[in-house]
Amino acid sequence: MRFHFKTSYDQDIRLFPDWWNFSLYAALLLLLLVMPWLIDDFYLGEVTNVLIWSVAGLGLMILTGQTGLVSLGHSAFMALGCYLTVNFMDAGLPFLVAFLLAGVVTGVVGALVALPALKLHGVYLSIFTLALAILADDIIVILDHWTGGVNGIFAPEIWIFGFEINRWAMPASWYYLALGTALFVTLIYRNLLRAPLGRAFAAVRDSEISAQAMGVDVARTKTLAFGFSCAFAGMGGALMGLFAGAFNNETFNFLLAIQLLMMIIIGGLGFIHGAFLGAIVIAFLPQLLAIGTDSLGINSVPGLETGVFGMILIAFILFEPMGLYGRWLKIRTWLELFPFARRDMFRRQKTYLKTERLR
Amino acid sequence: MDVLQLLLSGLANGCVYGLVALGFVLIYKATEAVNFAQGDFMMLGAYVMVGLVNPEYLGLNFWLAVPLALLILGALGYLLDLTVIRFMFGQSQTAVVILTIALGYVIRFVAGLIWGHEPVNLHSPLALGDVRMGGVVLSLADIAVIVVTLLMTLFLFQFFQRTKLGLAMQASSQNQMAAYYMGIPVRRVQGAVWALAGVVACVAGILYASKGTLAISAGFIGIKAFAAAVIGGFGSLPGALMGGIIVGVIEPFAARYLPTGYSQIAPYALLILVLVFRPHGLFAQVRVKKV
Amino acid sequence: MSLLTLENVTLKFGGVTAVNNLSMSVNEGEVFALVGPNGAGKSTVFNMISRFYTPVRGSIAFDGRDLLACRPSQVPGLGIARTFQNIELFERATVLQNLLVGRHRHRKTTLIEEMLFIGRTREQERQHRHAVEEVIDFLDLQAYRDKMIAGLPYGVRKVVELARALATKPRLLLLDEPASGLSVEETQDMRWWIDDIRRQMGVTVLMVEHDMGLVSKVCDRVLALADGAKLAEGTPAEVQAHPAVIEAYLGTAAISKTANAKGERV
Repeated sequence: MRFHFKTSYDQDIRLFPDWWNFSLYAALLLLLLVMPWLIDDFYLGEVTNVLIWSVAGLGLMILTGQTGLVSLGHSAFMALGCYLTVNFMDAGLPFLVAFLLAGVVTGVVGALVALPALKLHGVYLSIFTLALAILADDIIVILDHWTGGVNGIFAPEIWIFGFEINRWAMPASWYYLALGTALFVTLIYRNLLRAPLGRAFAAVRDSEISAQAMGVDVARTKTLAFGFSCAFAGMGGALMGLFAGAFNNETFNFLLAIQLLMMIIIGGLGFIHGAFLGAIVIAFLPQLLAIGTDSLGINSVPGLETGVFGMILIAFILFEPMGLYGRWLKIRTWLELFPFARRDMFRRQKTYLKTERLR
Repeated sequence: MDVLQLLLSGLANGCVYGLVALGFVLIYKATEAVNFAQGDFMMLGAYVMVGLVNPEYLGLNFWLAVPLALLILGALGYLLDLTVIRFMFGQSQTAVVILTIALGYVIRFVAGLIWGHEPVNLHSPLALGDVRMGGVVLSLADIAVIVVTLLMTLFLFQFFQRTKLGLAMQASSQNQMAAYYMGIPVRRVQGAVWALAGVVACVAGILYASKGTLAISAGFIGIKAFAAAVIGGFGSLPGALMGGIIVGVIEPFAARYLPTGYSQIAPYALLILVLVFRPHGLFAQVRVKKV
Repeated sequence: MSLLTLENVTLKFGGVTAVNNLSMSVNEGEVFALVGPNGAGKSTVFNMISRFYTPVRGSIAFDGRDLLACRPSQVPGLGIARTFQNIELFERATVLQNLLVGRHRHRKTTLIEEMLFIGRTREQERQHRHAVEEVIDFLDLQAYRDKMIAGLPYGVRKVVELARALATKPRLLLLDEPASGLSVEETQDMRWWIDDIRRQMGVTVLMVEHDMGLVSKVCDRVLALADGAKLAEGTPAEVQAHPAVIEAYLGTAAISKTANAKGERV
């Protein structure tokens, strides 16, 4: 078992606790950088898709996994980020500026939207966000001057510092764009986690009352959580729409928000890895199912993907609520402690229901 | 008269929303869980009815099929609780919400496998007639919806207040451990609640399918019904009905008097307003108790 | 010198008067206990000081400042920290992370700095870590530093709860039943820690407690509450011998069976 013998506070503060951990992630980064030379264009596109879902997933993760605020409405912010990016580009801004600015503006809008919702808890907050997602669908149609309404928009050409980002002519360009964004978002996420604000997020999630008693301004913390979350989601949405080549209100309907939530739960709520693992599942599931139905000789079954996705989620909630990454942590702990792992180490405390209606 | 027509057809729609909302509130009142699949239960109930009554399937007599369908949906509700929901005992409300969302997906998938994705019409005697009264037209199905909904609400309200089972349900939602101590078979009571919710959903489904065409996507009515339940106040049965009627009535008026595209947003805009200003609904059930 | 002053504080929940015209003051540097039967309003007083509740009448002043003008999250900034009777730790974090949240009121980094981890952030983190390490040393929590709260035994959680409150470097520490659920040895440890907190750290302590043994060993003054109103106030011995207190706790027939001055059963 690996012991962390700490000799300085920096070991707690650093991004990587030890050399082993650092080299693992360095190797992963290297692998990701050379990926375009390792796999063919089709799979590169799939991996790009995974990275894009991860960016959106990280956005929802920081809100739901880290701060405990369940949102069923992130499709609205993904849409906002996408439409803003395109409109900024139409206004003449270069892609990178438009993209980042759209992220920031979406974040600000998210924070503003959070203000009336601050006192909503639990299911009521989820319903509020779901209503937002449904409204977004209709608002997109109403604002068709900027959004193209039901007809949608074709993604404009993307040029960064003289290089064209083109999915069909050069898939690797899109891959690196998605990879860069994912790394950027992950870095900010990790920085927040090791700073007071990240701890405040977790405090609000676990016990609002004692967080307040420790001096955490819960309202400000929740607002900031929404801000960052919506900013990341906006960036993810922009990438999603632009990568698809064309998008309209249907692309960003509320089912997308629900899928995003289901995805991060399957991946593992509260872990950065969870967003990536969930994205892998959601991106590759159609492939797996296609292979499955082909080998069984069945023709395409409509709704198979979402049905199977639902079943996978139910299985996880019932048997592994900590998700894929949670299961990996349990396995790793078991291996590290072998043979001293206790059987109920991760057992959840059984709680009995007490009504929230009498307070 | 125009206004009256809008009002009455809105009322009929509102009662369907109200029935589905009743199902939500039923489960919430008894288990503090939110069942996002209630709309899909409704859809399933309607399809089961189609499977029993329509000539291309079993072709039974409509009125014989009704109790049969109610029984099937009730059993399905109970089975669902037995196999899936019980494992969630003690987990957070959010987990149950997400579970029921996923459940909705699975129900839609299975229904699609069995009955296909083409829209279908239920061969219902209620779909066959209109009633004209003083310049207003109401289909038989609409009248049936209104009457049945009022009766059901009354019945359920009395059920919760007066019967032993109803009180047991209320007790186990307010304090599970205490309910256990009082000898209430909490898990079986919970199963009964889900069965009842299934039955209510089935009634809603039969009426809905009598009013118009049925498709797998009918389950999404649950979202509007959800808005209705929240507007009316999540713990209140009459509130659920009122919420449903409010949503149902707003819709045709919004469609008539607001520019196109805006009518859709009316119920959800109202929902957001209620959440922000009166989060416990217009007919709130939350009381402050001494801590 | 009075650090915390409550004057004529009254709080009602609906028709029930939880705290009835209570006046008390805690002097700087003393250890003060609130005792009373269950339902007397002791935790309610704490909740008012923490600003979770607002009294309908009366005033609460801390170090001369009107506490009622503050929001709950501003209270630690003034120098008041508290523990909770039903431990309210952050379950899904480690002991260290819990204690670091205690340092929240001392943070000096801006949002941008934290987001990009630039500027003062790293140095500030080191300082926070160092300050928290002092509390860990004081309460002997080194073995639990990186453990998740969710796996810890009750006694350790109580100590972490205390540590987190101490990490805020308070002037006034509110302890809500610090000895409840603890074994005899753990209560002994708690007694010496409270003593050290007062002597070494110069922190004023206000505690709610049922364990009269602990109270008489460590407290300077005691206030007995019943039904939200003051029954008696004075040294532990005085309060324990007070007839009204004995009646509230044990009933009139038990006046003859009093505890002696040391709080031990006769």
